[in-house]
Amino acid sequence: MTTVLFVVFGGSALASALLAVTRKNPVASAIWLVGMFFGLAGVYVVLEAYFVAAVQVLVYAGAIMVLFLFVIMLLDLRSKQLDLEASPRMPILGVCAAVLFVVVSGMALMDAHDAGIFPDAAERATLVLDGSPEAIGADLFGRWLLAFEVTSLLLLGGILGAVILTKRRLT
Amino acid sequence: MATTLDSLLALDFPGAALAGLFLATGDLVEYVPVLVMLIFAVLFAGANLGLSFVLGAKGKTNPVKEAAYECGMPPITDAHQRFSVKFYLVAILFVLFDIEVVFLYPWAVHFGEKALQTFLFVEMLIFIGILFLGWWYVIRKGAVNWAQE
Repeated sequence: MTTVLFVVFGGSALASALLAVTRKNPVASAIWLVGMFFGLAGVYVVLEAYFVAAVQVLVYAGAIMVLFLFVIMLLDLRSKQLDLEASPRMPILGVCAAVLFVVVSGMALMDAHDAGIFPDAAERATLVLDGSPEAIGADLFGRWLLAFEVTSLLLLGGILGAVILTKRRLT
Repeated sequence: MATTLDSLLALDFPGAALAGLFLATGDLVEYVPVLVMLIFAVLFAGANLGLSFVLGAKGKTNPVKEAAYECGMPPITDAHQRFSVKFYLVAILFVLFDIEVVFLYPWAVHFGEKALQTFLFVEMLIFIGILFLGWWYVIRKGAVNWAQE
């Protein structure tokens, strides 16, 4: 009954996401986002991507969330300030951004479908899903070795950027 | 891994048979204890919130009750203070090195394979070496020196 679990986890992720964007209090939004991350982790488990699920909880629900809370506290937004800065055009812009996102991602998915990336029914029957660390390691240190090494450059860029932005005035 | 109800009944954790009826496909069975724990966690948290909502006294508030509790001291300032960007820097550096560690897991499970050991060791040395440059920069810049400035 993986379908039931998929609906439960996917549904809770979707509900949490909606609550996160509709809350007035930014800290409450951040906490609902944690719920969204957990729902997404559940979806990953249902898709048998166990390692990704574990990393989702550790990195996103754990560490990234702390960053979000820090940003909220850094900005120190009061509800009064939020009211002052909220323009009546904001909801319209939000809807436009959402529609744009759906259209662009839909087009990307259609392109991927036309390019034959998705497996057809016959392929799906023989497909073996394996999201264990072993399987990921075999791919990572085989086919995607270069991508793995380039990832460290990406992380290095993140480290340098964070230090430069926050410590700009130091020599 | 084809799973029958019999093999599920052999699993020994509370609610295994019950959960097994619900979920009987592939390796997912191994995660039934996690699911059981998740259900208990949601029920426990939900029940406590619900109970305090039902049993809690409502409408009886005064300014003292509403104030933040600070170990019995009267609060001096507002809890909503602007935080230093230093906290953010430490947090983001933690996340970046956390992601480095994530890559160590798939690496570690393959490190036992004798034929691959040298290759894996060198590859991880390059990976960590590049990140070491970042660490060196952080230390050189004194980015984690709290008292500086």
